[in-house]
Amino acid sequence: MTYLGHLLAHLRKDLRLEWRARDSVNGMLFFALLVVVVFALAFDPTAYPTIARQISGGLLWVGLLFASMTALNQSWSRELRNGVLDAHRLAAAPASAFFAGKALANFLFVTAVEVVLAPVFAVLYNLHPLGRTSVLLVILPLGTWALVGNGTFFAALSLRTRNRELLLPLVLLPISAPALLAMIQATTAVLTGESEPGLWINLLIAYDIVFTTLCVLLFDFVLRED
Amino acid sequence: MLPLAAPFATANAAVTLDRVSRVYGSFAALRNVSLTLPEGASVVVLGENGAGKSTLLRMLAGLLTPSYGAVLLFGAPPREQLHRLAYMSHAPMLYDELTGAENLRYFAGLQASPASLTVEEALSRVGLDPALPRRVGEYSQGMRQRASLARVLLQQPDLLLLDEPFSNLDVSSARHMVELLGEYTTIANAEGRPRTLLLTTHQAELARPLAQTTITLEAGRLKPAAA
Repeated sequence: MTYLGHLLAHLRKDLRLEWRARDSVNGMLFFALLVVVVFALAFDPTAYPTIARQISGGLLWVGLLFASMTALNQSWSRELRNGVLDAHRLAAAPASAFFAGKALANFLFVTAVEVVLAPVFAVLYNLHPLGRTSVLLVILPLGTWALVGNGTFFAALSLRTRNRELLLPLVLLPISAPALLAMIQATTAVLTGESEPGLWINLLIAYDIVFTTLCVLLFDFVLRED
Repeated sequence: MLPLAAPFATANAAVTLDRVSRVYGSFAALRNVSLTLPEGASVVVLGENGAGKSTLLRMLAGLLTPSYGAVLLFGAPPREQLHRLAYMSHAPMLYDELTGAENLRYFAGLQASPASLTVEEALSRVGLDPALPRRVGEYSQGMRQRASLARVLLQQPDLLLLDEPFSNLDVSSARHMVELLGEYTTIANAEGRPRTLLLTTHQAELARPLAQTTITLEAGRLKPAAA
Protein backbone atom coordinates (compact mmCIF):
# COMPACT_ATOMS: atom_id res chain seq x y z
CA MET A 1 0.00 0.00 0.00
CA THR A 2 1.25 3.51 -0.77
CA TYR A 3 1.81 6.21 1.85
CA LEU A 4 -1.38 7.93 0.71
CA GLY A 5 -3.23 4.62 0.93
CA HIS A 6 -2.10 4.17 4.54
CA LEU A 7 -3.04 7.74 5.39
CA LEU A 8 -6.51 7.31 3.90
CA ALA A 9 -6.98 3.98 5.71
CA HIS A 10 -6.25 5.69 9.04
CA LEU A 11 -8.48 8.63 8.15
CA ARG A 12 -11.37 6.34 7.14
CA LYS A 13 -10.97 4.37 10.34
CA ASP A 14 -11.05 7.51 12.53
CA LEU A 15 -14.08 8.89 10.69
CA ARG A 16 -15.86 5.57 11.10
CA LEU A 17 -15.03 5.38 14.82
CA GLU A 18 -16.32 8.91 15.34
CA TRP A 19 -19.43 8.28 13.27
CA ARG A 20 -20.27 5.32 15.50
CA ALA A 21 -19.26 6.79 18.85
CA ARG A 22 -19.93 10.49 18.16
CA ASP A 23 -18.16 11.45 21.36
CA SER A 24 -15.52 13.86 20.03
CA VAL A 25 -17.70 16.09 17.84
CA ASN A 26 -20.60 16.17 20.28
CA GLY A 27 -18.32 17.03 23.20
CA MET A 28 -16.51 19.72 21.24
CA LEU A 29 -19.70 21.27 19.89
CA PHE A 30 -21.33 21.39 23.29
CA PHE A 31 -18.26 22.94 24.86
CA ALA A 32 -17.75 25.54 22.10
CA LEU A 33 -21.42 26.55 22.13
CA LEU A 34 -21.30 26.89 25.88
CA VAL A 35 -18.28 29.20 25.70
CA VAL A 36 -19.88 31.35 23.01
CA VAL A 37 -23.21 31.63 24.85
CA VAL A 38 -21.61 32.34 28.23
CA PHE A 39 -19.48 35.15 26.77
CA ALA A 40 -22.50 36.54 24.90
CA LEU A 41 -24.41 36.70 28.17
CA ALA A 42 -21.47 38.22 30.04
CA PHE A 43 -20.64 40.98 27.54
CA ASP A 44 -23.94 41.72 25.76
CA PRO A 45 -22.14 42.17 22.43
CA THR A 46 -25.25 43.38 20.56
CA ALA A 47 -25.18 46.62 22.57
CA TYR A 48 -21.56 47.37 21.58
CA PRO A 49 -21.05 46.26 17.96
CA THR A 50 -17.61 47.86 17.63
CA ILE A 51 -16.26 46.19 20.75
CA ALA A 52 -17.93 42.94 19.70
CA ARG A 53 -15.99 43.04 16.40
CA GLN A 54 -12.75 43.67 18.26
CA ILE A 55 -13.09 40.80 20.72
CA SER A 56 -15.02 38.25 18.66
CA GLY A 57 -11.94 36.84 16.93
CA GLY A 58 -10.33 36.11 20.27
CA LEU A 59 -13.47 34.58 21.76
CA LEU A 60 -14.03 32.35 18.76
CA TRP A 61 -10.49 30.97 18.63
CA VAL A 62 -10.06 30.53 22.36
CA GLY A 63 -13.39 28.68 22.45
CA LEU A 64 -12.29 26.46 19.57
CA LEU A 65 -8.88 25.86 21.12
CA PHE A 66 -10.32 24.60 24.39
CA ALA A 67 -13.03 22.63 22.62
CA SER A 68 -10.53 20.94 20.31
CA MET A 69 -8.41 19.89 23.27
CA THR A 70 -11.25 17.72 24.56
CA ALA A 71 -11.37 15.94 21.21
CA LEU A 72 -7.60 15.57 20.89
CA ASN A 73 -7.32 13.60 24.11
CA GLN A 74 -10.37 11.57 23.15
CA SER A 75 -8.94 10.62 19.77
CA TRP A 76 -5.86 9.05 21.39
CA SER A 77 -7.79 7.45 24.23
CA ARG A 78 -9.37 5.19 21.62
CA GLU A 79 -5.92 3.97 20.64
CA LEU A 80 -5.03 3.15 24.23
CA ARG A 81 -8.22 1.19 24.85
CA ASN A 82 -7.71 -2.55 24.28
CA GLY A 83 -4.00 -1.96 23.67
CA VAL A 84 -4.60 -0.98 20.03
CA LEU A 85 -1.64 1.38 20.09
CA ASP A 86 0.68 -1.62 20.40
CA ALA A 87 -0.74 -3.00 17.15
CA HIS A 88 0.22 0.30 15.50
CA ARG A 89 3.69 0.17 17.00
CA LEU A 90 4.13 -3.26 15.43
CA ALA A 91 2.66 -2.32 12.06
CA ALA A 92 4.84 -1.83 9.01
CA ALA A 93 2.84 1.21 7.88
CA PRO A 94 4.70 4.52 8.34
CA ALA A 95 4.01 6.09 11.73
CA SER A 96 3.73 9.53 10.15
CA ALA A 97 0.80 8.31 8.02
CA PHE A 98 -0.92 7.28 11.25
CA PHE A 99 -0.31 10.77 12.67
CA ALA A 100 -1.39 12.53 9.48
CA GLY A 101 -4.57 10.44 9.22
CA LYS A 102 -5.52 11.24 12.79
CA ALA A 103 -4.65 14.93 12.46
CA LEU A 104 -6.76 15.14 9.28
CA ALA A 105 -9.66 13.43 11.03
CA ASN A 106 -9.39 15.87 13.94
CA PHE A 107 -9.24 18.73 11.43
CA LEU A 108 -12.50 17.54 9.88
CA PHE A 109 -14.14 17.19 13.31
CA VAL A 110 -13.16 20.73 14.36
CA THR A 111 -14.22 22.06 10.94
CA ALA A 112 -17.62 20.42 11.40
CA VAL A 113 -17.94 22.20 14.74
CA GLU A 114 -16.94 25.50 13.12
CA VAL A 115 -19.60 25.07 10.43
CA VAL A 116 -22.26 24.80 13.14
CA LEU A 117 -20.70 27.37 15.44
CA ALA A 118 -20.04 30.17 12.93
CA PRO A 119 -23.68 31.11 12.20
CA VAL A 120 -24.61 30.84 15.89
CA PHE A 121 -21.66 33.04 16.73
CA ALA A 122 -22.56 35.61 14.05
CA VAL A 123 -26.15 35.83 15.31
CA LEU A 124 -25.35 35.96 19.04
CA TYR A 125 -22.67 38.63 18.55
CA ASN A 126 -24.61 40.46 15.83
CA LEU A 127 -21.51 40.38 13.64
CA HIS A 128 -21.29 42.27 10.34
CA PRO A 129 -17.67 42.06 9.22
CA LEU A 130 -16.33 45.29 7.78
CA GLY A 131 -13.47 43.60 5.93
CA ARG A 132 -13.55 40.92 3.19
CA THR A 133 -15.54 38.04 4.70
CA SER A 134 -14.22 35.59 2.10
CA VAL A 135 -10.75 35.85 3.68
CA LEU A 136 -12.17 33.99 6.69
CA LEU A 137 -12.35 30.94 4.42
CA VAL A 138 -8.54 31.03 4.35
CA ILE A 139 -8.01 31.95 8.01
CA LEU A 140 -10.35 29.32 9.47
CA PRO A 141 -8.72 26.24 7.87
CA LEU A 142 -5.19 27.56 8.47
CA GLY A 143 -5.97 28.33 12.11
CA THR A 144 -7.77 25.04 12.61
CA TRP A 145 -4.84 23.10 11.20
CA ALA A 146 -2.46 25.00 13.49
CA LEU A 147 -4.56 23.87 16.46
CA VAL A 148 -5.12 20.24 15.51
CA GLY A 149 -1.76 19.50 13.87
CA ASN A 150 0.21 20.42 16.98
CA GLY A 151 -2.58 19.27 19.25
CA THR A 152 -2.65 15.76 17.76
CA PHE A 153 1.10 15.49 18.12
CA PHE A 154 1.30 16.72 21.70
CA ALA A 155 -1.73 14.67 22.74
CA ALA A 156 0.17 11.61 21.49
CA LEU A 157 3.29 12.75 23.31
CA SER A 158 1.41 12.98 26.60
CA LEU A 159 -0.35 9.63 26.07
CA ARG A 160 1.76 7.61 28.42
CA THR A 161 1.82 10.16 31.19
CA ARG A 162 -0.45 9.80 34.19
CA ASN A 163 -1.92 13.32 34.00
CA ARG A 164 -2.29 13.57 30.25
CA GLU A 165 -5.45 15.69 30.40
CA LEU A 166 -3.53 18.28 32.41
CA LEU A 167 -0.30 17.97 30.48
CA LEU A 168 -1.79 18.64 27.04
CA PRO A 169 -2.89 22.25 27.69
CA LEU A 170 0.32 22.94 29.60
CA VAL A 171 2.39 21.96 26.59
CA LEU A 172 0.06 22.96 23.78
CA LEU A 173 -0.92 26.47 24.87
CA PRO A 174 2.58 27.99 24.95
CA ILE A 175 3.52 26.34 21.66
CA SER A 176 0.28 27.46 20.02
CA ALA A 177 0.68 31.06 21.22
CA PRO A 178 2.18 32.45 17.97
CA ALA A 179 -0.50 30.70 15.89
CA LEU A 180 -3.23 31.80 18.26
CA LEU A 181 -2.01 35.40 18.02
CA ALA A 182 -1.93 35.20 14.22
CA MET A 183 -5.39 33.66 13.86
CA ILE A 184 -6.97 36.12 16.32
CA GLN A 185 -5.33 39.15 14.70
CA ALA A 186 -6.22 37.98 11.19
CA THR A 187 -9.84 37.31 12.17
CA THR A 188 -10.11 40.65 14.01
CA ALA A 189 -8.65 42.44 10.97
CA VAL A 190 -11.41 40.95 8.79
CA LEU A 191 -14.16 41.72 11.31
CA THR A 192 -13.12 45.32 11.99
CA GLY A 193 -11.77 46.13 8.53
CA GLU A 194 -9.16 48.35 10.18
CA SER A 195 -6.10 46.55 8.89
CA GLU A 196 -5.00 43.96 6.33
CA PRO A 197 -4.82 40.37 7.59
CA GLY A 198 -2.11 39.42 5.04
CA LEU A 199 0.85 39.49 7.44
CA TRP A 200 -0.97 37.33 9.99
CA ILE A 201 -2.10 34.86 7.33
CA ASN A 202 1.49 34.53 6.13
CA LEU A 203 2.58 33.90 9.72
CA LEU A 204 -0.09 31.19 10.03
CA ILE A 205 1.05 29.56 6.79
CA ALA A 206 4.67 29.56 7.96
CA TYR A 207 3.65 28.19 11.38
CA ASP A 208 1.60 25.42 9.80
CA ILE A 209 4.41 24.40 7.45
CA VAL A 210 7.13 24.39 10.11
CA PHE A 211 5.15 22.57 12.80
CA THR A 212 3.49 20.07 10.46
CA THR A 213 6.91 19.13 9.09
CA LEU A 214 8.34 18.72 12.59
CA CYS A 215 5.38 16.66 13.78
CA VAL A 216 5.52 14.34 10.77
CA LEU A 217 9.27 13.86 11.12
CA LEU A 218 9.21 13.27 14.88
CA PHE A 219 6.07 11.17 15.24
CA ASP A 220 7.89 7.90 14.63
CA PHE A 221 9.92 8.47 17.83
CA VAL A 222 6.76 9.33 19.78
CA LEU A 223 4.99 6.16 18.65
CA ARG A 224 7.85 3.69 19.00
CA GLU A 225 9.20 4.92 22.33
CA ASP A 226 8.56 2.33 25.04
CA MET B 1 26.91 -19.82 26.41
CA LEU B 2 23.18 -19.91 27.13
CA PRO B 3 21.22 -22.19 29.44
CA LEU B 4 18.97 -23.51 26.70
CA ALA B 5 21.42 -23.35 23.83
CA ALA B 6 22.49 -26.97 23.92
CA PRO B 7 19.27 -28.69 22.70
CA PHE B 8 19.10 -26.31 19.75
CA ALA B 9 22.78 -26.09 19.01
CA THR B 10 22.50 -27.11 15.36
CA ALA B 11 19.41 -25.11 14.43
CA ASN B 12 19.17 -21.54 13.15
CA ALA B 13 18.09 -19.32 15.99
CA ALA B 14 14.70 -17.68 15.76
CA VAL B 15 15.10 -16.07 19.16
CA THR B 16 18.27 -15.15 21.00
CA LEU B 17 18.38 -13.38 24.34
CA ASP B 18 21.80 -12.61 25.69
CA ARG B 19 21.94 -11.67 29.39
CA VAL B 20 18.77 -9.62 29.11
CA SER B 21 17.42 -7.64 32.04
CA ARG B 22 14.55 -5.20 32.18
CA VAL B 23 14.31 -2.83 35.09
CA TYR B 24 11.35 -0.60 36.03
CA GLY B 25 12.63 1.90 38.56
CA SER B 26 14.03 -0.29 41.33
CA PHE B 27 12.11 -3.41 40.22
CA ALA B 28 13.73 -5.91 37.87
CA ALA B 29 11.03 -7.67 35.82
CA LEU B 30 13.63 -9.78 34.01
CA ARG B 31 17.05 -10.63 35.38
CA ASN B 32 19.94 -11.75 33.25
CA VAL B 33 17.91 -14.02 30.98
CA SER B 34 19.81 -15.89 28.28
CA LEU B 35 17.99 -18.08 25.83
CA THR B 36 18.27 -19.44 22.32
CA LEU B 37 15.32 -20.91 20.44
CA PRO B 38 15.69 -22.46 16.99
CA GLU B 39 13.34 -21.83 14.09
CA GLY B 40 10.40 -24.19 14.35
CA ALA B 41 10.44 -24.35 18.15
CA SER B 42 7.14 -24.47 19.95
CA VAL B 43 7.76 -23.08 23.40
CA VAL B 44 5.48 -22.58 26.37
CA VAL B 45 6.61 -20.11 29.01
CA LEU B 46 5.16 -20.79 32.42
CA GLY B 47 5.27 -18.63 35.50
CA GLU B 48 3.26 -17.01 38.22
CA ASN B 49 1.78 -13.55 37.84
CA GLY B 50 4.59 -11.02 37.90
CA ALA B 51 7.23 -13.57 36.92
CA GLY B 52 8.19 -11.52 33.86
CA LYS B 53 6.35 -13.47 31.12
CA SER B 54 4.64 -10.46 29.56
CA THR B 55 7.81 -8.39 29.79
CA LEU B 56 9.67 -11.14 27.98
CA LEU B 57 7.11 -11.28 25.18
CA ARG B 58 6.86 -7.50 24.82
CA MET B 59 10.62 -7.37 24.54
CA LEU B 60 10.63 -10.03 21.85
CA ALA B 61 7.94 -8.09 20.00
CA GLY B 62 10.10 -4.98 20.09
CA LEU B 63 7.62 -3.09 22.27
CA LEU B 64 10.14 -2.86 25.11
CA THR B 65 13.87 -2.42 24.93
CA PRO B 66 16.07 -4.32 27.36
CA SER B 67 17.72 -2.31 30.12
CA TYR B 68 20.75 -4.58 29.72
CA GLY B 69 21.69 -7.28 27.24
CA ALA B 70 20.59 -7.94 23.68
CA VAL B 71 17.55 -9.44 21.96
CA LEU B 72 17.79 -10.84 18.45
CA LEU B 73 15.09 -12.35 16.26
CA PHE B 74 16.37 -14.27 13.26
CA GLY B 75 19.73 -12.60 13.88
CA ALA B 76 18.49 -9.00 13.90
CA PRO B 77 16.92 -6.63 16.43
CA PRO B 78 13.14 -7.14 16.82
CA ARG B 79 12.28 -3.77 15.28
CA GLU B 80 13.91 -4.91 12.03
CA GLN B 81 11.91 -8.13 11.98
CA LEU B 82 8.42 -6.76 12.52
CA HIS B 83 7.32 -8.19 9.18
CA ARG B 84 8.15 -11.69 10.43
CA LEU B 85 6.40 -11.62 13.79
CA ALA B 86 2.93 -11.20 15.24
CA TYR B 87 2.11 -10.48 18.84
CA MET B 88 -1.09 -11.08 20.76
CA SER B 89 -1.30 -9.51 24.21
CA HIS B 90 -3.79 -9.81 27.10
CA ALA B 91 -5.73 -6.96 25.51
CA PRO B 92 -7.42 -7.78 22.20
CA MET B 93 -5.69 -4.92 20.32
CA LEU B 94 -8.92 -4.28 18.39
CA TYR B 95 -11.24 -1.27 18.18
CA ASP B 96 -14.46 -1.68 20.15
CA GLU B 97 -16.43 0.40 17.64
CA LEU B 98 -15.58 -1.79 14.62
CA THR B 99 -16.75 -5.31 13.81
CA GLY B 100 -14.27 -8.16 13.88
CA ALA B 101 -14.03 -8.19 10.07
CA GLU B 102 -13.59 -4.39 9.87
CA ASN B 103 -10.81 -4.57 12.45
CA LEU B 104 -8.99 -7.33 10.64
CA ARG B 105 -9.31 -5.61 7.25
CA TYR B 106 -7.89 -2.41 8.72
CA PHE B 107 -4.92 -4.09 10.41
CA ALA B 108 -4.20 -6.28 7.39
CA GLY B 109 -3.81 -3.07 5.37
CA LEU B 110 -1.10 -1.81 7.71
CA GLN B 111 1.24 -4.73 7.08
CA ALA B 112 4.19 -4.73 4.71
CA SER B 113 2.87 -7.57 2.56
CA PRO B 114 -0.63 -8.75 1.67
CA ALA B 115 -2.16 -11.04 4.29
CA SER B 116 -1.65 -14.76 3.77
CA LEU B 117 -5.22 -15.51 4.81
CA THR B 118 -8.34 -13.59 3.88
CA VAL B 119 -10.21 -11.93 6.72
CA GLU B 120 -13.03 -14.42 6.25
CA GLU B 121 -10.63 -17.38 6.46
CA ALA B 122 -8.93 -16.06 9.58
CA LEU B 123 -12.21 -15.43 11.39
CA SER B 124 -13.68 -18.77 10.34
CA ARG B 125 -10.59 -20.60 11.60
CA VAL B 126 -11.08 -19.22 15.09
CA GLY B 127 -14.77 -20.04 15.00
CA LEU B 128 -16.17 -16.55 14.43
CA ASP B 129 -18.72 -15.71 11.78
CA PRO B 130 -17.07 -13.21 9.37
CA ALA B 131 -20.48 -11.70 8.58
CA LEU B 132 -21.28 -11.08 12.24
CA PRO B 133 -22.50 -7.47 12.34
CA ARG B 134 -21.72 -7.03 16.05
CA ARG B 135 -18.98 -4.64 17.06
CA VAL B 136 -16.04 -5.96 19.06
CA GLY B 137 -17.23 -3.90 22.04
CA GLU B 138 -20.30 -6.13 22.09
CA TYR B 139 -18.30 -9.38 21.96
CA SER B 140 -17.85 -11.64 24.95
CA GLN B 141 -14.31 -11.91 26.39
CA GLY B 142 -13.84 -15.25 24.65
CA MET B 143 -14.94 -13.87 21.28
CA ARG B 144 -12.54 -10.95 21.68
CA GLN B 145 -9.74 -13.37 22.39
CA ARG B 146 -10.57 -15.37 19.26
CA ALA B 147 -10.83 -12.24 17.12
CA SER B 148 -7.45 -11.20 18.46
CA LEU B 149 -6.01 -14.57 17.48
CA ALA B 150 -7.52 -14.17 14.01
CA ARG B 151 -5.71 -10.82 13.73
CA VAL B 152 -2.30 -12.37 14.39
CA LEU B 153 -2.98 -15.39 12.19
CA LEU B 154 -3.79 -13.19 9.18
CA GLN B 155 -0.15 -12.73 8.23
CA GLN B 156 0.87 -16.33 9.07
CA PRO B 157 4.07 -14.91 10.61
CA ASP B 158 7.35 -16.77 11.06
CA LEU B 159 7.28 -16.05 14.79
CA LEU B 160 4.05 -15.99 16.77
CA LEU B 161 4.14 -14.49 20.27
CA LEU B 162 1.04 -15.09 22.39
CA ASP B 163 0.59 -13.72 25.88
CA GLU B 164 -1.91 -15.76 27.92
CA PRO B 165 -3.98 -16.76 24.87
CA PHE B 166 -6.30 -19.06 26.84
CA SER B 167 -7.05 -16.72 29.73
CA ASN B 168 -10.63 -15.80 28.77
CA LEU B 169 -11.61 -18.99 26.96
CA ASP B 170 -13.75 -21.89 28.11
CA VAL B 171 -12.10 -25.30 27.92
CA SER B 172 -13.53 -26.31 24.52
CA SER B 173 -12.57 -22.97 22.92
CA ALA B 174 -9.11 -23.23 24.43
CA ARG B 175 -8.69 -26.76 23.04
CA HIS B 176 -9.76 -25.52 19.62
CA MET B 177 -7.16 -22.78 19.87
CA VAL B 178 -4.50 -25.31 20.84
CA GLU B 179 -5.39 -27.37 17.75
CA LEU B 180 -5.16 -24.30 15.55
CA LEU B 181 -1.79 -23.35 16.95
CA GLY B 182 -0.60 -26.93 16.59
CA GLU B 183 -1.50 -26.78 12.88
CA TYR B 184 0.24 -23.43 12.58
CA THR B 185 3.55 -24.81 13.83
CA THR B 186 3.45 -27.73 11.41
CA ILE B 187 2.94 -25.63 8.28
CA ALA B 188 6.15 -24.24 6.79
CA ASN B 189 6.39 -20.64 5.64
CA ALA B 190 6.69 -19.52 2.00
CA GLU B 191 10.44 -20.27 2.03
CA GLY B 192 9.84 -23.75 3.38
CA ARG B 193 11.16 -22.88 6.83
CA PRO B 194 9.40 -23.93 10.02
CA ARG B 195 7.36 -21.44 12.03
CA THR B 196 8.15 -20.64 15.63
CA LEU B 197 5.61 -20.32 18.42
CA LEU B 198 6.20 -18.85 21.85
CA LEU B 199 3.32 -18.50 24.27
CA THR B 200 2.98 -17.67 27.92
CA THR B 201 0.37 -19.19 30.15
CA HIS B 202 -0.30 -20.23 33.68
CA GLN B 203 -2.62 -23.00 32.40
CA ALA B 204 0.11 -25.54 31.81
CA GLU B 205 -2.25 -28.46 31.22
CA LEU B 206 -4.05 -26.74 28.35
CA ALA B 207 -0.82 -25.80 26.62
CA ARG B 208 0.81 -29.21 27.05
CA PRO B 209 0.15 -30.38 23.43
CA LEU B 210 2.04 -27.32 22.17
CA ALA B 211 4.90 -27.58 24.61
CA GLN B 212 7.76 -28.97 22.57
CA THR B 213 9.81 -27.10 25.13
CA THR B 214 8.65 -25.65 28.42
CA ILE B 215 10.51 -22.95 30.22
CA THR B 216 9.64 -21.40 33.55
CA LEU B 217 10.16 -17.88 34.73
CA GLU B 218 10.42 -17.23 38.44
CA ALA B 219 10.82 -13.69 39.75
CA GLY B 220 12.31 -12.64 36.43
CA ARG B 221 14.82 -15.48 36.23
CA LEU B 222 14.75 -18.37 33.80
CA LYS B 223 14.48 -21.91 35.06
CA PRO B 224 14.95 -24.58 32.38
CA ALA B 225 12.44 -27.39 32.59
CA ALA B 226 11.89 -30.64 30.75
CA ALA B 227 9.21 -30.73 28.06
